[in-house]
Amino acid sequence: MNSRTPDGVIRRRTPGARVLRAVLYAILIAAALAYLLPLVVMVMTSIKPLTEITPGNLLSLPQAPTLEPWLKAWGGACTGMRCDGVGGYFWNSIAIVVPAVAISTLIGALNGYALTKWKFKGSELVFALMLFGCFIPFQVVLLPMAQTLGWLGLASSRSGLILVHVVFGIAFTTLFFRNFYVAIPDELVSAAKLDGAGFLRIFWRILLPVSAPIIVVSIIWQFTQIWNDFLFGVAFSGHDTQPVTVALNNLVNTSTGAKEYNVDMAAAMIAALPTLVVYVLAGKYFVRGLTAGAVKG
Amino acid sequence: MAFTTGSAAGARSAPPRQPRSSSARLQAWLPKLVLAPSVAVSLFFVYGFMIWTFVLSLTNSRMLPSYNFVGFGQYARLMANERWWVAASNLAVFGGLFVMLCLVIGAGLAILLDQRIRQEGALRTLYLYPMALSFIVTGVVWKWLLNPGLGIQAMVRGWGFESFNFDWLVRPEMAVYTLVIAAVWQASGFVMALFLAGLRGIDDEIIKAAQLDGASLPRIYARVILPCLRPVVFSAVMILSHIAIKSFDLVVALTGGGPGYSSDLPATFMYAHAFTRAQIGLGSASAMLMLGGVLAILVPYLYSELRSKRHE
Repeated sequence: MNSRTPDGVIRRRTPGARVLRAVLYAILIAAALAYLLPLVVMVMTSIKPLTEITPGNLLSLPQAPTLEPWLKAWGGACTGMRCDGVGGYFWNSIAIVVPAVAISTLIGALNGYALTKWKFKGSELVFALMLFGCFIPFQVVLLPMAQTLGWLGLASSRSGLILVHVVFGIAFTTLFFRNFYVAIPDELVSAAKLDGAGFLRIFWRILLPVSAPIIVVSIIWQFTQIWNDFLFGVAFSGHDTQPVTVALNNLVNTSTGAKEYNVDMAAAMIAALPTLVVYVLAGKYFVRGLTAGAVKG
Repeated sequence: MAFTTGSAAGARSAPPRQPRSSSARLQAWLPKLVLAPSVAVSLFFVYGFMIWTFVLSLTNSRMLPSYNFVGFGQYARLMANERWWVAASNLAVFGGLFVMLCLVIGAGLAILLDQRIRQEGALRTLYLYPMALSFIVTGVVWKWLLNPGLGIQAMVRGWGFESFNFDWLVRPEMAVYTLVIAAVWQASGFVMALFLAGLRGIDDEIIKAAQLDGASLPRIYARVILPCLRPVVFSAVMILSHIAIKSFDLVVALTGGGPGYSSDLPATFMYAHAFTRAQIGLGSASAMLMLGGVLAILVPYLYSELRSKRHE
C-alpha cells in the first residue's frame, strides 16, 4: 500500500489511502474546533447585548455587537461589595507581575551561573535542595506564609504578593538558567578567569550576552504563572490589592442583581488577554518553558 | 582586580596557605554569597514552612495558630470527616480520568499530527492555547458552557432535541465530571506537545527498518514507536497528577465545590477549613496529606530520572 520514495517519505496514492487521509484531516479539524469553541463563545458572548443572550444560543452570531459589556467589565461591574470593574485589579496584577518576574529572573540567572561555573563542594546538593520548591503543593506553605507576611508587615499588600511569587519562583528560574548554563563551555569562563576577570564581570560580559533565549523562557514562564495565579492572590491580598484573577472570580460569583453573562465573559477576556498575547507572540518559548519547568502545573 | 592577574595562572600550583588579597578572597566567596539568600529563602519558606505546617497539624489550632499539642488527633478527625472522604474520592475520580483522558487525547492528536500534516503549526497552536489561560478563566468559561439553561444543553435543545440533557454542573453526583471536562480541555494540548516532541526525537532509522520489514503503520506505532515513548508517558503522568492534586482554582471558579460540597477536592477542603471555617489544625493535617500524595508520585519519578541519568 505504501510506496517508498528514495528519501524515505511514504506517499500514499491508492483511493483507500486518500479516504484515510481525508478522515485524518477531519479528525484534526474537529479537534481544533473543540479547542476553539470556548474562546469563540467567550468572545461572541462578550460583545452581545444581554437581550440577545437568553433567547439566542451559544453559537448565534451577535446581531448588534456592542462594546458596552467590555466597558462595564473594565470600569463598572460589581466585584463583591464594590462596583468599579476589574480594571483596577488588572493594574494590580501588572504591578505585582512586573517586579516579581524581573527579580526572580535576575536571581535565577545569578544562581544558575554560580551553580554551574563556580562549582564548589556541595553545589549539586544546594541545587537539589532548591529544586524541591518546584514540587511542593502550595497548600503546605499557606498558613505559615500568612503569619510570616503578618510579621513582616506585608499582609494584604502588593509587596507581600511580590515576595511570595519571587520566593516560589526562584526554584524554577534557577532550574532554567542552571540547565542552560551547563551547556555553555566551561573553557570560555576559565579563560576569562585566567585573564583576571571576576565573578560579576564574567557574568556580565560572557554569560549574559548569550542568555537571551533562556531569559525569554524564564520571563514568559514566570509571567504566565504569576498572572494566572489564584491561590496566593486569594489567600494573601487585601480588597485593594487583589490580582485580576481574584477580581474575576468575585465578579462572576457576585449574586446581586441580574446575571450579566456578557460582562462576565468580557471580564474573563480581560483576564485572559495578556497571557494569550504572550502565547501568540512567543509560543515557541512558551512551549519550551512548559516542557522545561512543567512540574509547576 | 588587577593585582590578582599575575597569580591567577599559578594559583593552582601555589601553596594554599599563601596569603591572598581581600579582593581575591571576595571573588572566591562571591558565588556562595550570591547563592546564600536563595538557599536561606528555600530553607525557611519551603522546608521551614513544611515543618511549621506539620507542627500546626499536631495542635488544636482553630481560628488562630495555637501550640497546644494534641498528637495526631487532627488526622484522626480528618479520617472521621465525611467531607474529607468526599474530597479524597473526588480526587481519585478526577485525577484518574483527567490523567487518562489527557494521555489518550494528547497521544492520539500527536500521532495524527505526526503524519506530515499541512498547517501542522497552526493546528498545534490551537490545541495548546488553553494551557496559557488561568484555570479561573477556564472555570468561568466552562461554567457558562455547562449552564443547563444557557449553555450546550440549551443550544442542543434549541436545535430541536427537546429531551437532550446535559446538566452535570447542577447534579451533585455528576459535578466532579464537569471538572474533568474543563481540565482535559485545558491540559490535553500540552500532553500533545510533549508526545509530539517525543515522536520527533525518535531515530528515523528504526522506523525505516521496520518499514523495510513490511510492517504496517499501525503496527509500527504499536510495536516500535509507542514503546520508545515510555519516558514521555512517565513525565506526563507525573506532571498531570501533580496538577490534579493541586487543583484549586478550577474548582473554585467552575463549581465552587458544589452543589453542597459534592465536587470538593483536597485543595479546596484545605482552604475552606484553614481560611474560612477556623479549623487551622484540621486544614494543616489535610495539607500534609496532600504533600504526602505529591511525594508518593515524585519520589519514584526522581529516582528513575536520576538512575537513567547515571546510565547515560
